[in-house]
Amino acid sequence: MKFTRRDSILIAAGATATAMLPMRAFAAGEDEIAAFTGGAAIGGSGITLTAPEIAENGNTVPIEVNAPGAVSIMVLALGNPNPGVCTFNFGPLAGAQFGSTRIRLSKTQTVTAIAKMADGSFAQASSEVKVTIGGCGG
Amino acid sequence: MAENVTPRVRVPSSAAAGEVITIKTLISHVMESGQRKNSDGTLIPRSIINRFTCDFNGQNVIDVTLEPAISTNPYFEFQAMVPEAGTYTFTWYDDDGSVYTDTKDIAIG
Repeated sequence: MKFTRRDSILIAAGATATAMLPMRAFAAGEDEIAAFTGGAAIGGSGITLTAPEIAENGNTVPIEVNAPGAVSIMVLALGNPNPGVCTFNFGPLAGAQFGSTRIRLSKTQTVTAIAKMADGSFAQASSEVKVTIGGCGG
Repeated sequence: MAENVTPRVRVPSSAAAGEVITIKTLISHVMESGQRKNSDGTLIPRSIINRFTCDFNGQNVIDVTLEPAISTNPYFEFQAMVPEAGTYTFTWYDDDGSVYTDTKDIAIG
């Protein structure tokens, strides 16, 4: 088979598109963050995320978020098939901007929490969790 | 409709006015993530609780959006300020349209 100039261009275009695919998948978490922050810059302090260093069972990993002065906190697990985990929205009677729950993690990954503060700024905290048995049942 | 959905809530029976209390909630629910396959290799459709809210005398305390990454039997612990005696209303919204509610009274004293 002989490649014409046109064939070569098509093959090159196809290869580029294939190479872009994993990039697109990786950007999924970025979309969630952008939707939450509206593209605003994220600061570093003002939020604490408590998660275990090692989780033997990825089906129930206890986590805690605490961000004094936040109006909402979004939790993301960027290594999961769907990066979203949950979003806490605090009402006027919330005693503290604190939430604790149990989440599923499919593999060893970084869990991220982003807080939206009352003044419109954002704070982020991350924690690496080593998962022994993944929790997506696949 | 998910079967055997039972909400369980722990609220102190009384508190001082203005005190901050810790509330713990648990609801039994499979939280099928939509990622698992059954023995035929077909995907089990997603069936989760997608929203949980807690209100006190009509005022919101917390409103949580849940994704499939929340574990089976979703557990939440949070803190609430008690301005007066009244009733906490807890509401869970299922993907299939079911709504589960539970209420707890709290007294001042």
